[in-house]
Amino acid sequence: MDAEAAKLIGAGLAAIGAGMAALGVGNVFGSFLESALRNPGAADGQQGRLFIGFAAAELLGLLAFVVSMILIFVA
Amino acid sequence: MHQFTIEPLFGTDHWAIGGYNIAFTNSALWMVLATVVIWGFVALGMKRQLVPGRWQMAVETMTGFIDNLLSANVGPEGKRFVPYVFSLFMFILVANLMGLVPLGLVGSHAFTFTSHFTATGVLAIMSFSIVLIVGFWRHKLHFFSLFVPHGTPWWLLWLIPIIEMVSFLVRPFSLGLRLFVAMMAGHILLEVLSSFVINSGNAGAGWGVLIGIPSFILMIGISALELLVCVIQAYVFALLTSLYINDAVNLH
Repeated sequence: MDAEAAKLIGAGLAAIGAGMAALGVGNVFGSFLESALRNPGAADGQQGRLFIGFAAAELLGLLAFVVSMILIFVA
Repeated sequence: MHQFTIEPLFGTDHWAIGGYNIAFTNSALWMVLATVVIWGFVALGMKRQLVPGRWQMAVETMTGFIDNLLSANVGPEGKRFVPYVFSLFMFILVANLMGLVPLGLVGSHAFTFTSHFTATGVLAIMSFSIVLIVGFWRHKLHFFSLFVPHGTPWWLLWLIPIIEMVSFLVRPFSLGLRLFVAMMAGHILLEVLSSFVINSGNAGAGWGVLIGIPSFILMIGISALELLVCVIQAYVFALLTSLYINDAVNLH
């Protein structure tokens, strides 16, 4: 396998990370909604924490995107 | 890709101070435009009427939103940081939204400077240096107790400060990286979808109906999603900045 092909395969493998981040973000919002429906009164106060969790989960997916971009264009 | 290239509008590559090019680029133009839009938005709402009109109500909603964010996350001390976080939030929000304006229809094209790590990195460094300055100003060298959370067992004292310090030092990178990658990924996605529409239309009417029209409908949906992402990313940037300021003001 030459180096160019290995780079593209690596970039494709990095895209798995985007799917994993999708699981994470879905889990954050899903769990929030589940518990918000149990106790709607407390839901509004937790929105800040919701977005902190969202940001943390999303960052890792974006890092996967960065890895694939680096592999394609920079490395 | 053309939409991400920075080109000098006036001035040349030879205008340099200390080796850094200072030509007025399209990135700088859109930063100025964002500033003008925010200035106009706030200035039109500064009439200080007792019964606010619609515009004043809009401005007060935005400032009140940031005010709530800071008082919820920092406490009463957070009042002092409202101007900074408000400008940060509005600047990022307006920049993100203006980058999505479909100026391509009239022959020009919008530039999203938040899709460049240089711009978002400087914003992140500003937030990070405010945290450092406020932290060391208020707590002097006691600020380093940030690296030892309450209730750390003594046999972990060699490990926890290292982990805390790494997570502290990585903050400006994650802050800038998140905004820049989210904006860039959204724009690349829209560009890929629009190239589907154009290329399938060029390949013939059959391909255009089969691939072009579904892609176009998807593009409309993704554009709506991008509007949401613009707002969420600006909010997340302001939220994380206020959390970091909380660390500096109150330790933890």
